[in-house]
Amino acid sequence: MALTFQDIARVANLARLELRPDETERTLSQLNGFFALVEQMEAVNTEGVEPLAHPAAVIGEVALRLRDDIASEPNQRDASQVSAPAVERGLFLVPKVIE
Amino acid sequence: MSQINQTDLHDLGVAQLAAKLAAREVSSVEVTQHFLARIQQHSNLGAFLATDAEISLAQARAADARLAAGERTPLLGVPLAHKDVFVTRDFPTTAGSKMLENYRSPFDATVVSKLGVAHQGAGMVTLGKLNCDEFAMGSGNENSAYKPVQNPWDTSRVPGGSSGGSAAAVAARLVPAATGTDTGGSIRQPASLTGITGIKPTYGRCSRYGMVAFASSLDQAGPMARSALDCALLLSSMAGPDLDRDSTSLDFPSADYATDLIAACAQGTGATALKSLKGLRIGLPTQFFGAGCSPDVLTAVRAALAEFEKMGATLVDVSLPLTELSIPVYYVIAPAEASSNLSRFDGVRYGHRAASYGDLTDMYKKSRSEGFGDEATRRIMIGTYVLSHGYYDAYYLKAQKIRRLIAEDFQKAFTQCDVIAGPVSPTVAWKIGEKSNDPVANYLADIYTLSSSLAGLPGMSIPAGFGAHGMPVGLQLIGNYFKEAQLLGTAHQFQLATDWHDRKPGALT
Repeated sequence: MALTFQDIARVANLARLELRPDETERTLSQLNGFFALVEQMEAVNTEGVEPLAHPAAVIGEVALRLRDDIASEPNQRDASQVSAPAVERGLFLVPKVIE
Repeated sequence: MSQINQTDLHDLGVAQLAAKLAAREVSSVEVTQHFLARIQQHSNLGAFLATDAEISLAQARAADARLAAGERTPLLGVPLAHKDVFVTRDFPTTAGSKMLENYRSPFDATVVSKLGVAHQGAGMVTLGKLNCDEFAMGSGNENSAYKPVQNPWDTSRVPGGSSGGSAAAVAARLVPAATGTDTGGSIRQPASLTGITGIKPTYGRCSRYGMVAFASSLDQAGPMARSALDCALLLSSMAGPDLDRDSTSLDFPSADYATDLIAACAQGTGATALKSLKGLRIGLPTQFFGAGCSPDVLTAVRAALAEFEKMGATLVDVSLPLTELSIPVYYVIAPAEASSNLSRFDGVRYGHRAASYGDLTDMYKKSRSEGFGDEATRRIMIGTYVLSHGYYDAYYLKAQKIRRLIAEDFQKAFTQCDVIAGPVSPTVAWKIGEKSNDPVANYLADIYTLSSSLAGLPGMSIPAGFGAHGMPVGLQLIGNYFKEAQLLGTAHQFQLATDWHDRKPGALT
């Protein structure tokens, strides 16, 4: 199954990426080359096999922990906003989203 | 003031420097100044993305104060540098990406705090941040948005990746040790290609808190240094649970990995050391020794294995039948997780924002497309596709199922052996630019490191000799879960009997 230009455009939009026409062409050929490799997975019988998310779950149960919902960090608003592209009075600025 | 020749300081490893510091033969400030000068002298290698002498010297003075107060801990005052995917308060953090140019983290990664001078850490002095592939995606360090890194053994060749800056800096003796991260081989492969020692611990052993995330179910931090002993010293401080900050951190205490190794040193080489590998069964996966591996690499690996046999170990054949499948499985899972992790870069809270844009969606698209390099973009595209509606089961879920089969194959193999050995990389380091236009060819070269990453097993690379063009070859050792001590001990015995890890690049002054 080969990907099409439409697939690339759809996926780029989902990923919020904008590809130039030459990038789209290159991406299409590289992804098709890559998925030829991925098709090898079909040959493996995985019936009844549970997907493995945390590798150590192979040797024992791994419980994902929850911690109490309490603030554990001091307020670091200024330090956190040092690297922000646009801030005003402690708020992040974005283009207008509501008319 | 001190009697030792300052120019030789960079030839000392972590353990040796720590001993001189503890004996007050040299101060941490002197050691730090020496390495900072050397980093300057070899800046052409491209290993560093950031240094700040003032910050490093302030840390060194703090370490000296602790030494003066009588504290004697194994790493106090010894310098290191961090791969630029560990966030640091005192230095910029870019993850090798234009996206994070000028980013300053408000906090230190757990690994950084544990090793550092502040927060009651081990007292190591940070010399700066090390170059790497963008978001740790790559195996030649050619995907750094800033500059490529040169291999100190031949500056026209890559150092491997993604921890290429870490590997080159240790090999060129610009630092006695460095941190690295390994998602699909990013500690082991560059260690192999530059002739140094590196270990990727069991997944979940070192906290991922403050590591710029690539593939969260695979990412793992580890030390890179010249010897197994030095790696053991660092790992003892890096590992351990971080339960409130990393939900995948395993509740399993760190260990003192170095004491047994130092005891073995004290026994010396010769008969005593040789005895200790008696009974060790080393498994050789037939799939790691096939036609896909270059003959020069195989020759060096087999010679190293023969050395282990002389030391009393026995070699047994084992099988990891899904080795080849680990490539597509990894390159579905890792990009899927990367596409999710990298969605945080939206040009709002931090990171690059395009200069001109229309509405909010346009701002996202332009900022992301300008900020991400080619490989990151490719992996986001692959990941988004395999997670998208209608393809999730066929790709992502299927890959996660095969991942379990791969991990189970390792458990079968470990019923026949104690450690698994083989090559790290099918070739020695290639020329810069030689492979950069063929992403799939680069993916295929990860074949020997991906399966243990998928299984979350600890693995290391130790210098095993030289292959084509006089370039270093590493031997990979893979252990069962939590068997870091066994891996380090096995590697240490090899390093007591051989001197590959002490060789230094000939052209280097």
